[in-house]
Formats: sequence, C-alpha cells, structure tokens
Amino acid sequence: MISSTIGIWNYWIVFCLMMIGLFLVIGRKNFLKKIVGLAIFQTSVFLLYITFGKIKGGTPPILNESIDTIYSNPLPHVLILTAIVVGVATTALGLSLVLRINSEYGSIEEDDVSAQDLVDYHDDIETGKNLDLKFKK
Amino acid sequence: MISELLINAFLVTIMLSIAIALIKTRTVIFTVILTSAYSLVAALMFITLDAVDVAFTEASVGAGISTILFLAAMAYLPKKEEESISSEFIPALSCIILGGILIWCSFDLPEIGKLTAPIHQHIVPEYIRGSKEDIGIPNIVTSVLASYRGYDTFGETIVVFTAGVAVLGLLEKKNSTKKNKSQPKQKISKNA
Repeated sequence: MISSTIGIWNYWIVFCLMMIGLFLVIGRKNFLKKIVGLAIFQTSVFLLYITFGKIKGGTPPILNESIDTIYSNPLPHVLILTAIVVGVATTALGLSLVLRINSEYGSIEEDDVSAQDLVDYHDDIETGKNLDLKFKK
Repeated sequence: MISELLINAFLVTIMLSIAIALIKTRTVIFTVILTSAYSLVAALMFITLDAVDVAFTEASVGAGISTILFLAAMAYLPKKEEESISSEFIPALSCIILGGILIWCSFDLPEIGKLTAPIHQHIVPEYIRGSKEDIGIPNIVTSVLASYRGYDTFGETIVVFTAGVAVLGLLEKKNSTKKNKSQPKQKISKNA
C-alpha cells in the first residue's frame, strides 16, 4: 500500500509543479516572473521524463562487466539532455526580450506596457482624425 | 528499494515547497535564487533516478548558466515586482482544473520503476546491446546522443545558434535606438 502510494506520489507532485509553473506564466503580470515560471515548467517536465525511465534496482546506463545488470532506460536521458540546453537558449531569448521591453517602455509589468500601448493607440487615432479633417477641408 | 523511493518523494516535496515560495515572493533576487535552488534539487533527484548525465548537465547549465543569465538581466531591471491590479482567480482556477485532470489520469500510468512498463520494451534493449557491440562506448547515453540520434543533437545545435543570433539582434537594436529614442518618449509624456 505504502509502496504503491509512493509509486505515484512523484507523478502527483510533478503535476503540481507543472501547474505552479503554468500559473506563474499565465497569472503573473511581471515578465521576469513569467520566464521563471517557464523554467519551472520545463524542469518539472524533465522530472516526469526521467521518472518514466527509472527501473527498480537498475543502475545508471553505463556498461559494466557483469551480465545480469539492469540498466535504467537511457532514451529519456538523451532527450532531456537535448531539452536542457534548448531550455537555456529559450531563457536567454526571453530575458533579452524582457530587457528590450524594459528599455522601450521603462517597465516590465504587463499592465503598464498595455496601458502605454493603449495611450499610443488613442493618440494615433486622434492624430489620424485630425489628418482626415484637414484633408476634408 | 523503498528507501530509494522515499528519498525521491522527500526531494520532490522540497521542490514543491520551493515552487510555492516562488509564488509568494515579490523580490526579484529571491526569485532568482529560489530558481537556482530548484534546479539544484532537481539535479539531486536526477541522481537518485539513475540519470547521472542529466544530473550534471542540470547542475551546470540549469543551476549555473541560467542563474548567471538571470542575474545579468536583473541588473538592468526593476528590483521589485508590483502587485497586480487584475484578479488572479481565473488563471488559478484553470491551473487547478488542469492539474486535477492530470492527477486523475496519473492512475493509468505505470508505477515508478516497473520493469514491464511499455517504455522499456521497444528499441532500448537494442541500444544497450548495440552500444557495446557496434559503437564500443561504455556510456550508453553518449552513444545514443552522438551516434543513434546524432541528428537530434545537430538540430539542437541549430536551435542554440538561432537563439544566439536572435539575442544578439535584440540587444544590438536596443543600443542603436537609444540615441534617437528621445522623440517617442516626449510624445508619451505630453499625453500623460
């Protein structure tokens, strides 16, 4: 009973971690926090994959001399090695986007940025109307 | 066997508490350091789950390089996160519903460490045999990464190169537009 509960306990916590990452991405308005949420989500997906590859009583997948060794599954390890490096590339790209937004708007809060966009938009409409009036005259 | 799983459950619970602390904190430096700690505990978990290659990659790249990136970006950004005006109820509710569905589905997943799980049946025994006979590298992960799935690694290199070019482009433009950026800023201040 205890062993079967522990057997899927990892999955439950990993799903909770995924949802916390997703919440940070969609719920928080700070762009830096969104990128941190993305990193949390990524790491929890890595954990899920590595958990699938585990075999009870297995060893790390490095060949040794004895014949009856059980090796844990090396395939998820390979996939996740690739994914970790790609994840850092994603983080770097996201952070440089945040820096760019900060230098352009002077803020990294989604509310501020969209408010400034709204001001610009209305400004454009007003000047556009003025232009129209001038042309009509 | 049980002790191994108990260590796993303990570490993963530590990760959960770090993630909850991440939701609560509003200071950027705490956020960065908690993210680093999260990656480090994840690396420990990878060791207990027999993924040694992944563990040292996560410890060096996930906990090391990305923390340096966050710290470098942090120097140019506001140090405090503002309280949001809009409600966080709908995002939280949708996350809880999705998490509930995932946990409900987890009852169909094979128990951790079962030898008869479908993932261990296909192609992997051939990789383990072939690593010794065809390629001759004792580390199976290396032989799969560089030989059987070399194209994946090639694609990864392309992705990293593209991201690097994009980062350079974004940061380059920031410097060049800084000189003639005064005009749009005046426009905004006039409206305000």
